[in-house]
Amino acid sequence: MDEDEGWFAGVSPGDPAAGAERIRAGDASAPAEWPELAVEAGFADTTDEYYEHLHGATLAAARAAVAEREGSDDRQLVHAVRAMDDCQRQANELAERVAEWAGSRDADAGTGLAYARDLAAREPANPVERELVGLAADAVSLDERADRLRAFVERTAPEVAPNLSELAGPVLAARLISLAGGLESLAKKPSGTVQVLGAEDALFAHLQGDAPSPKHGVIQAHEYVRNTRPSQRGSAARALAGKLSIAARVDHYSDDRRPALAAELDERIERIRARDAE
Amino acid sequence: MTLPAGVERRSFGSQTALATRGEPVSDEATDGEWRQWDPHRSKLAAMFEAGMETGLVGGESVLYLGAAAGTTVSHVADFAGPTYAVEFAARPMRDLLDVAESRSNLFPLLKDARKPGTYAHVVEPVDVLVQDVATRGQARVARANRQFLCAEGRLLLAIKARSEDVTRAPDDVFADVLADLREEYEVLETERLEPFHDDHLGVVATPR
Repeated sequence: MDEDEGWFAGVSPGDPAAGAERIRAGDASAPAEWPELAVEAGFADTTDEYYEHLHGATLAAARAAVAEREGSDDRQLVHAVRAMDDCQRQANELAERVAEWAGSRDADAGTGLAYARDLAAREPANPVERELVGLAADAVSLDERADRLRAFVERTAPEVAPNLSELAGPVLAARLISLAGGLESLAKKPSGTVQVLGAEDALFAHLQGDAPSPKHGVIQAHEYVRNTRPSQRGSAARALAGKLSIAARVDHYSDDRRPALAAELDERIERIRARDAE
Repeated sequence: MTLPAGVERRSFGSQTALATRGEPVSDEATDGEWRQWDPHRSKLAAMFEAGMETGLVGGESVLYLGAAAGTTVSHVADFAGPTYAVEFAARPMRDLLDVAESRSNLFPLLKDARKPGTYAHVVEPVDVLVQDVATRGQARVARANRQFLCAEGRLLLAIKARSEDVTRAPDDVFADVLADLREEYEVLETERLEPFHDDHLGVVATPR
């Protein structure tokens, strides 16, 4: 049987997140003189320094465990943003069906949700129109549900992940959390993965060997990617993903606000965009 | 009875009360760096008020089981050395985190005190084990955590009768818990904690 190891075994002293993970998940059959053992193992130079690391790691561990147990607020957010996308997609699909059906009866029929809204307000003159108007009303009500869910996401995401929401906007923040399967898993992903979240098909095609690597996934919705020249878009996406993953880690492992992140990102993007001017 | 270094009786307004030096955690009265330690809110403070010989001298290492929102453990960390604070519930842990942030010797652990293996890889052998868990089987918890206590160490335990069995007479409950405790501890002193805490028994013990 393996001898018991302290929480610091295999952990780099400068990495409170890794230490926190070991504190949460590890165990031992009996206590030991961990401070002295940590110094012997080179984890710290002195026991005072060990206690400093221990303080940071226990705080991070307890904070993460509390967030996970209490909240699962991120789970609620994931459901909300997925429901929002479902409602929006289905509202659009139904509106399309309504337009196609209405077009067969009225050459002046319009298209889209605006027309469905128009139609839903009409008084049906016969049984066929009653079905058509009813369908239009359903499309409209799904669209309204999507709006309410969006408002909920915009309210909730900044509570769950303040820094990430600040940088990405609440809806994109919620999408990233949703794609990663929770704030904790997002916090644990390398920024290169965050960069291509939502572009899995393209990524796997690339890994199979016959496609270019995707430059971005859902983060392309971000103004900093979308409104950057195509030639610099990859750099912008990489810079954005880097800051977003830091923000997700801060949100998961501490309660801090880091306004500096946004400033650093602004500056970085400005420099990237200036490159083409040369 | 002697108070540990770092714990003093100070006057707050018209009354004298126990106090420690540290960052205030709620609305407790303060006098310069000193802040009042209210025995109505803390069983350990009530044990001091009851005149029990806790054996605490100040600066020792402590494992505190049932830290809750950190009211008592904040005072302990003010006068003790490395202080490990185990609490199982997430909500009070949020408050405990605030308390721990300003105290570099206070290490919060969101763990179940009935499963010491889940924190034995973090907690070192300690001089003092403080236990204030409102759960059935308080003696079992104390026995399971004996492994953390040095040979000459002290167990400072507050037994809550109602947690074991609300329907039985507190004295009967205390007798049973103490009998169980004596399997692995030598009980040095016991004292009821009234008027500060109803149906609580303060216990000072040492490992057998």
